[in-house]
Amino acid sequence: MRVSALIPKYPEPQAYLGRTHYCPGCGHSTLHKILGEIIDKLGIRKKVILIEPIGCSVIALNYLKVDGIQGPHGRAPAIATAVKRLRPQNIVITYQGDGDLAAIGTNEIIHAANRGEMFTTIFVNNAVYGMTGGQMAPTTLLGQKSTTTPGGRVAEYCGYPLRVCELLNTLDAPVYLERVSLFDLEHISRTKAAIRKALINQIEKRGFSLVEVLSNCPTNWKMSPQQSWNFVKQEMTKAFPLGVFRDK
Amino acid sequence: MSKLYMKGNEAIVEGALKAGVEGFLGYPITPASEIIETFAQRYFADREREKRGEKPLYPKFRLFLQMESEIASINAVMGGASVGCRVMTASSSPGISLKQEGISYLAACELPCVIVNIMRGGPGLGSIQPEQGDYFQAVKGGGHGDYKLIVLAPNSVQEMAEHTMLLFNLTDKYRNPGMILTDGYLGQMKESMEFPDIPIEKYEKPWAVTGIGNRETQNIIESLFLAPEPMIEAKTKLWQKYKKIESNEVRYEIYKVEDAKILVTAYGTPSRIAKAAVDLAREKGVRVGLLRPITLWPFPYKIYADLTTHQIDKVLVVEMSFGQLLEDVKLGVEGRAEVRFYAVYGGIVPTEKDILEKIMELE
Repeated sequence: MRVSALIPKYPEPQAYLGRTHYCPGCGHSTLHKILGEIIDKLGIRKKVILIEPIGCSVIALNYLKVDGIQGPHGRAPAIATAVKRLRPQNIVITYQGDGDLAAIGTNEIIHAANRGEMFTTIFVNNAVYGMTGGQMAPTTLLGQKSTTTPGGRVAEYCGYPLRVCELLNTLDAPVYLERVSLFDLEHISRTKAAIRKALINQIEKRGFSLVEVLSNCPTNWKMSPQQSWNFVKQEMTKAFPLGVFRDK
Repeated sequence: MSKLYMKGNEAIVEGALKAGVEGFLGYPITPASEIIETFAQRYFADREREKRGEKPLYPKFRLFLQMESEIASINAVMGGASVGCRVMTASSSPGISLKQEGISYLAACELPCVIVNIMRGGPGLGSIQPEQGDYFQAVKGGGHGDYKLIVLAPNSVQEMAEHTMLLFNLTDKYRNPGMILTDGYLGQMKESMEFPDIPIEKYEKPWAVTGIGNRETQNIIESLFLAPEPMIEAKTKLWQKYKKIESNEVRYEIYKVEDAKILVTAYGTPSRIAKAAVDLAREKGVRVGLLRPITLWPFPYKIYADLTTHQIDKVLVVEMSFGQLLEDVKLGVEGRAEVRFYAVYGGIVPTEKDILEKIMELE
C-alpha cells in the first residue's frame, strides 16, 4: 500500500497527502506541505508533473497527489526537458537535493537552465547526503563533519561548498533564481512566495526558474531539530547568502 | 513505390518518421552522426515551412534536441516515453555504454522507446570502424539488474528503415524499450531501398504521465520498491512479459538450409557476406546453408536446436568480435553439432573468399 492511501485526519491541501516518512524536524515535510498549498492555490494540481530526485525525497509522490516520474540520480532536468517540451500544457516541477542536483546532476541542471527550459526546479540544500547516511555533499560547509569528512571538510582536500544560484546566475537564460530558507516562520513565508513566483513564471511561459531552499538534516548532523535550524540560520547562510539572484 | 538511394543511418530516420516518431534526443558520435543530423534537417525544415504558413511534413515530430550528453539524451527519452510519446535516441558503442543506467530505468519502468546502436570498435575509445562487440551489452543486459531489450539486427539499408518501424510497434505493444543493433558499415553504406509497407500500430497508454486531471489515482513512473513483496510482484510481471515476447516475437532468416549439412550463421554485415559465401560453396557442390538471427533477443535458440537435431553436423559462426553471438549459438546447438568460430575484428570485414575457405575447411 502506498502511503498516499492514508487519509489525513485534519484539513490539508488537496495536493498534499501528509504523513511523511521524514525524520522529526526535517525540512522536507514543511516544504512538501508548502508545495501542496501553492499547487492548490494556483489551481494547477491536475496539470502538475513532478519529477522526484534520488535522495530522501525519492518518494515525494507518496505525499503530493500529482502525476510524476522517478528518474535516475541527478537526471530530473533532462527528463523534465522532454516532458515540458512534449507537453507544454503541463506544469513541470523538478524537486532535487544537493547530491542529486549539485553533484551527480550538475551537468543536467546547468544545461537545462542554459537552454531556458520552461520548467521549475526546487533545489533543497541541506549540506549532506541524507538518505545514504550523512556523507559529504558538494554543499557541505568547510569544517562541517560528515561520514566521509570525519575531521570536517577541508578546502585544500575537498574543495569549497558549491554555490548553485551564483553559478547559474552566470547564464543568460534563467529568469528567476532565489535562495530562501525554512529556519523560521518569516523565512518559511518567504520560501512560499518564492516557489509561488517560480511556478507563476512557468504558467506565464517566462522561462527557467530555480528556488534554492536551505534546509536541515538533524539526524545526520547529529543535532536536535532546533539546533539544526540554528545551524542553518547562523552557519549555512554565511556560505550561502539568502536573496534574489535573478529576477527578469 | 519508387526506389530511394540513401545511407543506412538516413534510412533509420525515414523509418522513424514514417512510424510517427514524436521526439528525437541525441548526442553526436561517429559513425552514427547522420542520424542526429538528418533528424535536425527534417525538424528545422518543418519549422521553416510553418514560418512560411505551410503545413509541416511531419506534424507529429515536434521535439528534436541535441542534448548535453548521452546520459541526458537517454533520460530525455525517459521523459518523452513517460508522457506516452514515441521517442528515440541513437548513438554508437561508447555512447551506448553511457546510456546504460537510463536503459535499465527504462526497462524497469516499462517505457517503450527505440535506441539505435551503430556499433564501432571497442573496448574503450576503440576505433570508428565497424565491429560487433556490443552484442552481450545489448542482449544480456548492460545496465544493472535483470532486464531485456527487444533487439533487432538489420542487415540492409532497407531493413534499417523497416526494423525501426517494426521496433516502434513492438516496443509499444509490450511496453518495453528496444534496440536496433547494427554496425558502422550498415550505418554508412548507401544502398537503394523502397519505403517499407509496415502498418503503424497504435496502442493506448493509460499509464502515461499527463497530469492527474480528473483521474482518482496518480500515474507515477517509478522503479523503487523498498519491500520485497512489491519488488517480487514487479519483477514477476517483467519476467512474464519477457517469456511472452520470447514465445511470440522470435524472427530469423534461413537460406538454402533444406539439405544442408553445414550451417553458417551471422548477423548484420557479416550475414550478407556469408550469404554470398554460401552461394560460392553451393557452386562447388557443398551442402551449406545460412541462418541469420533477426531478433537477437528474443534469440532463435529453437531453430538452431531443430536444425542440428538430425540434419546439420557443423556450424560456422562468423562474427566481428571475439565471439559473443557464438555463445548464444552454442546454447541453441547444445552440443548436437560441432561449432567452429571465425572471428574478424579491429575494423575489417571478412571477404566472401575468407568465409568460403572456412566452409571448405569444415567440408
